[in-house]
Amino acid sequence: MDGWSQFVQLLFSGLTVGSIYALVALGFVITYSVTGILNLAQGDFAMLGALLCITFVNSGIPFVIAILLSVVAVMAVGGLFERLAIHPARNSSIATLIIITIGAAFVFRGIAIFIWGTQPYALRPFTGNHSLNVVGAVIQTQNLWAIALSLVSFIALYIFFNKTYIGKAVTACVVNPFAARLMGIEPRKMSLGAVAVSAGLGALAGIVIAPVSGASYDMGVMIGLKAFIAAVIGGLTNAPAAIAGAFIIGILEAFTEGYLSSGYKDAISFGLLLLVLFFMPNGIFAKMSGKRV
Amino acid sequence: MLTLNHLHVYHGHLHVLKGICLQIGKGEIVAIVGANGAGKSTLLGTIAGVYSPKAGEIIFENEPLPYGKVEQIVKKGICLVPERRQIFGDLSVKDNLLLGAYHRYRNDFQQVMRDYEHVLEVFPKLKTMLDRPGGLLSGGEQQMLAIGRGLMAKPKLLMLDEPSLGLAPLIVKEIMKLLRQLRDQFSTTILLVEQNVRAALQIADYACVLDRGEIMMQGKAVELLDDERVKKAYLGMQNKKEYNIAK
Repeated sequence: MDGWSQFVQLLFSGLTVGSIYALVALGFVITYSVTGILNLAQGDFAMLGALLCITFVNSGIPFVIAILLSVVAVMAVGGLFERLAIHPARNSSIATLIIITIGAAFVFRGIAIFIWGTQPYALRPFTGNHSLNVVGAVIQTQNLWAIALSLVSFIALYIFFNKTYIGKAVTACVVNPFAARLMGIEPRKMSLGAVAVSAGLGALAGIVIAPVSGASYDMGVMIGLKAFIAAVIGGLTNAPAAIAGAFIIGILEAFTEGYLSSGYKDAISFGLLLLVLFFMPNGIFAKMSGKRV
Repeated sequence: MLTLNHLHVYHGHLHVLKGICLQIGKGEIVAIVGANGAGKSTLLGTIAGVYSPKAGEIIFENEPLPYGKVEQIVKKGICLVPERRQIFGDLSVKDNLLLGAYHRYRNDFQQVMRDYEHVLEVFPKLKTMLDRPGGLLSGGEQQMLAIGRGLMAKPKLLMLDEPSLGLAPLIVKEIMKLLRQLRDQFSTTILLVEQNVRAALQIADYACVLDRGEIMMQGKAVELLDDERVKKAYLGMQNKKEYNIAK
């Protein structure tokens, strides 16, 4: 494999992982923007999505329906989590709420061990084991699925928030919750939807990555952490920046793995997190912001 | 239309409103004036459901209002245009206006669009900047947007908290004129809180002076304008000519 084809190979693997991180990071951003809570169980929605989908497929449910079913199921789990764990504690401090989400993450992992055990599972690729040859690099179709599905999700979310009335109402809650309430918009009702949609995005990410890297009860930890870094790079409320951050991390990791050693991969990501937090705590795309009174 | 009976409101231990009694008739413009910290904004906030009273009752159209339920009170036809305008800065002028109708857009979107056109007729200036983010508007334009957004909720009672705050005298004059026009055109009842006492008294039918949580005086606005105590405490007699802005 010559240098150029290796570069393309790594780039695509970076884009694939990046799109997974981006989906989960968007979940972070949506939940954080609407509720002010950092949901640290976000990565575990990916795990639940992947494992549920594998179970559904193994029990003979057609592939496409299994995917949809597991996304919907995880959204329901997310909704229940919001109603049972976050909503009753909604008047507590943000720190308390974040600790609740950490607890929820352990619960999800515990339940997963209970049902699926600790061994890894595999999901077959969406469209067989085909691969494309791009200037000598071998690209699995699953990589293209990952990138395409995340792009579709980004566009769908963009349209929802910018073109639909209800999406604008959600934005209004984020921009000015007080004024939104005066107009009859209930920010707290939005919180249920936000957590459910974030859970769905996470589930989709888990399902898409399962054929590439397998699925196990603890896969959510790393995905969640990396996506969190991506969201922090974006400043936690800026969705496009979080997506960009996710792709930066994905590609950086892929190149580190290819050109240095796979052992450095995580060190690079976490190093990046520290650098961002030290020098640009508002995210690398943050513009100087001032408020008009 | 709206009756307040012995309303007591606390912020923590602070007794902010000490037994407010007030009656507002349909189609009236009522001004509540007074100094900083008199409890004017708290009074509007309590009616709108932002704060819950400790004692007393609020009766709107012969029904007691639920306390502290902002979202429900909008549906009943009371809309507060908050202090400092509080528009949605990232959203366009058009979206700001349409979101004002949030509580009723599901039932009758056609009607909402008709009302939207109507509001734009009242504020022709906004019509020229529909796609601009609300945060980029000037203070006066933002105030008009905030009032327009309030009107989109189709309130029977429109409450305005310090609409003149931070605006140039000419703009204040324009906005005050507009409030009169709204009452005449939409037959909206208006409850207005102002520190700009003269401007408020000149457009209001009735007014009351709030002082440290109690109503000190109330009566016809024209009479209060001539009242010696009001003149001395709030109007600054010497400058009467200079500040003659409304109308």
